[in-house]
Amino acid sequence: MTEFWRRYRRNKGAVAGLVVLALILLVAALGPLAWPGSPWDMAGVPFQPPFSAEHPLGTDTLGRDVATGIVHGARVSLLIGFVATLAALGVGVVVGAVAGYFGGRVDDVAMRLTEFFQTIPSFVFAVVLVAIFTPGIGSIVAAIATVSWPAVARLVRGEFLTLRTREFVQASVVLGRSARHIIFVEILPNAISPIIVSGSLMVATAILVESSLSFLGLGDPNMMSWGYMIGASRSVVRLAWWCSFFPGLAILLTVLALNLVGEGLSDALNPRLSREGR
Amino acid sequence: MTTEPLLRVRDLRVALPAGGDRANAVDDVGFDLAAGEILCIVGESGSGKSLTASAIMGLLPRSVRVAGGSVELGGTDLLRLSEDEMRDRRGRLVGMIFQEPMTALNPLMRVGDQIDEVLAVHTDLPEAARRQRVVELMASVNLPDPEQLRQAFPFRLSGGQRQRVMIAMALALGPSLLIADEPTTALDVTTQKQILALIRQVQAERGMGVLFITHDFGVVAEIADRVAVMQHGRLVEIGPVAQVLNRPEHPYTRSLIAAVPRLEPRAARVVDGVPTLVARALTKTYRTAGGLFVRRRVVEAVKSVDLEIRQGETLGVVGESGSGKSTLGRLLVRLLPADGGSVAFRGTDLLTAPPGRLRALRRDVQMVFQDPYASLNPRRRIGAIVADGLLAQGRPRAEALARAAELLGLVGLDPAGVDRYPHEFSGGQRQRIGIARALALEPKLLIADEPVSALDVSVQAQVLDLLNDVRRRFDLAMLFITHDLRVAAQVCDRIAVMRRGEIVETGPTAAIFGAPQHPYTRELLDAVPGRGWVAPA
Amino acid sequence: MERLEYIAQRLLKGVLVLIGIVVLNFLLIRLAPGDPAAVMAGEAGAADELFLQQLRQQFGLDRPLWEQLWAYLSNILSFDFGFSYRQQRPVIDLLAERLPPTLLLTGTAFVLSLAAGVTLGVMAARRAGRWSDSAITVVALFFYATPLFWVGLMGVFLFSVTLGWLPAFGMASVGVTLTGFDHVADLARHLLMPALTLALFHMAVYARMTRASMLEVRDQDFVRTARAKGVGEGRILRRHVLRNAILPVVTIAGMKAGYLLGGSIVVETVFAWPGIGRLAYEAVLQRDYNVLLGVFLVTSAVVIAVNLATDVVYSLVDPRIELGA
Repeated sequence: MTEFWRRYRRNKGAVAGLVVLALILLVAALGPLAWPGSPWDMAGVPFQPPFSAEHPLGTDTLGRDVATGIVHGARVSLLIGFVATLAALGVGVVVGAVAGYFGGRVDDVAMRLTEFFQTIPSFVFAVVLVAIFTPGIGSIVAAIATVSWPAVARLVRGEFLTLRTREFVQASVVLGRSARHIIFVEILPNAISPIIVSGSLMVATAILVESSLSFLGLGDPNMMSWGYMIGASRSVVRLAWWCSFFPGLAILLTVLALNLVGEGLSDALNPRLSREGR
Repeated sequence: MTTEPLLRVRDLRVALPAGGDRANAVDDVGFDLAAGEILCIVGESGSGKSLTASAIMGLLPRSVRVAGGSVELGGTDLLRLSEDEMRDRRGRLVGMIFQEPMTALNPLMRVGDQIDEVLAVHTDLPEAARRQRVVELMASVNLPDPEQLRQAFPFRLSGGQRQRVMIAMALALGPSLLIADEPTTALDVTTQKQILALIRQVQAERGMGVLFITHDFGVVAEIADRVAVMQHGRLVEIGPVAQVLNRPEHPYTRSLIAAVPRLEPRAARVVDGVPTLVARALTKTYRTAGGLFVRRRVVEAVKSVDLEIRQGETLGVVGESGSGKSTLGRLLVRLLPADGGSVAFRGTDLLTAPPGRLRALRRDVQMVFQDPYASLNPRRRIGAIVADGLLAQGRPRAEALARAAELLGLVGLDPAGVDRYPHEFSGGQRQRIGIARALALEPKLLIADEPVSALDVSVQAQVLDLLNDVRRRFDLAMLFITHDLRVAAQVCDRIAVMRRGEIVETGPTAAIFGAPQHPYTRELLDAVPGRGWVAPA
Repeated sequence: MERLEYIAQRLLKGVLVLIGIVVLNFLLIRLAPGDPAAVMAGEAGAADELFLQQLRQQFGLDRPLWEQLWAYLSNILSFDFGFSYRQQRPVIDLLAERLPPTLLLTGTAFVLSLAAGVTLGVMAARRAGRWSDSAITVVALFFYATPLFWVGLMGVFLFSVTLGWLPAFGMASVGVTLTGFDHVADLARHLLMPALTLALFHMAVYARMTRASMLEVRDQDFVRTARAKGVGEGRILRRHVLRNAILPVVTIAGMKAGYLLGGSIVVETVFAWPGIGRLAYEAVLQRDYNVLLGVFLVTSAVVIAVNLATDVVYSLVDPRIELGA
């Protein structure tokens, strides 16, 4: 663990990303205590410019406080990002592990399915899914997970295919170990690093997808989200740039932080692959 | 030789990055190489032999650098040249060939163009003349149909052919010095023999000096005029080949040469009794997945193989890469499903045993693998790895771990090592751990797949001794798969020779070595490097 | 001949995937909450009982499932994508009208992003570890993390509202009839900002990929071989590293063309670009599912076509692929 941290620390950007991410998590967890009002309520006069004491980030067309919206939106973005990623990882790891370990017919079927889902333009598919199954946090999570599991399945299958032929796995077969033991004790721990790394990058992508969906009006109608804030105020960008600028900045920072953390994890978990010349 | 040497290396020092296990990869190395001479630098992994070659060529990896000394080629110190001056000499005055023929050529460039590039970079020859020259060069390294092959991409060529292309490239401008870094290590013995002969031939024709890096004393005996021995970055002994190989002076050289397995069969042991394992008409065919339009390719990896092993006997299976010997081993332990035939182990058919019965049988048939780095799970402790078989059989954990510690002692390791991870052990130690794991279930039959071919020669000898020792102690039947006839001679009672999935000849070791019947066996024996050399006792 | 077979095989596969997507479409309609006829009719059409009856008839919605599937499939295969009640036009007409602007937009963005991304990636890799590498890496990281619609909006605010340099929306200036070069120039002015918006994110992706690929290739054995031949660094880069490093990037770029089409939904929404992305947005707003599913089918078809083209190009460029192994 100390070794892991030592390698992670060497990547300055990753450390910065971790700090930013921690701050965002803190805001998401505690922010609503500091900004207790509902983000949907009118808090002041509409179109107030930012940097005032009362409304540090201004108010929008309906007089809603932008800062309050961003603080509440952080919860939605992070929640959807993490839950959708976990769901995609769950499906992807199972499909990939089964395909890679058992091979043959099972692998053929699983890979055709994966390829099929990878060919479909993923964002268009997500839009269709959410639109047809009515927008809501459940359908958004399901849609993001549906379009992101194939990449995980491919990755895990690749790892399993290589690891399955490794001699320590064959030794375990010869010793009479069960498939369950081999998958979970011998192979999965050795495949976990790339899964963690791609998981952290997937959270970032999921947040981008969620924000795009809510920008298009496909967000959960009961939850304030960053994408919705930008979408709702896009027609007034010439009058009130701050209504869309700050939520976008929040998305940018969150996604950037997650990507940086992902790279740091990659450096720390795969020392051989870590890039030169930093 | 009193004339000025072609290459004069003095006090060469190559520094490793800080924090490594030693400061210098190459330390105060000095030697001369005369024109028309082949000097072999021999040493084990980590001896600094390859870095010495790269330093002379000015092609060190980014992480290491030359820290001192001089490399004079024809009176010019190459280490003092600018990068441009050095580049001008590379390919023109010095040619180099490498170990891995599969990756040393650009996969997206026709081989003719890759040879042509040397001419294009260093000469003003017009294109037509260059093309003519490429064809001549390809012919001179005995590549078939150069006019056609020139147009081929590297993936079309075999390993031996690629190495010939590399040689043609290195020879293109008639350099005075050829540096060959383990050029035959990745090749089969029969191909190795041809490449060695080719290097000798072109060297003699052109009077080149050749610096030949190798780890294999057989190859040294085959090709060297003089030998330099390196250990831990230092040159410990240098002299004419006959002297170093037959009357080594330095203790390290002596120990290395003593560890080289001799090409004479060990004392014959006759083992009688009912065979423990009987394989009949064992067959395995690989089919590449075909589509509607893609024709399938069919490879018969193992073709109707029959073999028998008795208790206490070691049967060697020898063959070159692609002969099917490893597939055969994996069929016998059901790591791969066979397509036909039977494998009777003490009367039970291994191939059709239902899962429950198979698990019981697994106790009796164990395997030792080739790669000491891939054969132990890096994420598990040594104790758990060695106890794995016992745990799989449902023994209590404490008992299994205690037994694992005992077994570590048995294979010559510290029993206290149970709590450590594989990366804390050397290659030879890991191979011992692999053997301990296989012995944990007290098997009747041990299948050893190239168990020493990834090891340095001195470690190799120790692991072979250990295998001999445990075979005797556990009265094991052993199937020993190897490509190395020297090793086979040392451990096997009987030998089966495989080629393209078939066993072409089986017999007692002495008979195979003394009176080989099949032409392929003779060809294999004939290709063993240094077969004329008998190491001093 | 082998190459033709390879291409034929890929083509067949593409057709199968397309049929799969049609089936998926059908399943989505069935799985959606509510009456499938109402889903097909869209929010507006569902109020019209006569229209619903007509749909039930046409798609046999009262008959067994497999007959419905067959009816749906044969309709789609004869290019009948249904009717948009809201727009009072067949969906296929809407798609045919809206596809060309989207292809122009995404095609331009694809070329821009690939050219710029590869160039930046190569530059960064050549100067690995130096400040220009860090600068490129940081810029790439930023664009990789920015939502497209936000970049677009900020672009509109900066270049249209504040500076007045570029038009904020549409594909052509309103109220003037332009011909010849003027028309092209006007189109280019309108295209520039949406195309750049769409390109920047993907440029970042390709730059990162190219950099990584370059660094990997430059450490390979055949590059050392070239050095041992006395080949200069410039020529090594051109003849040995670039081709081997860029080939996988371009291939992946071709395979991921779907992301550009996905991105076009938000970009066309921001810039009111009259393509199928904008059509999809309108369909979402109006709950016009027939149109939305039509967009889904057409974008999938485009992706399959681009993938096929990538396969063909790849089979021409990489000598190893010809056996389809």
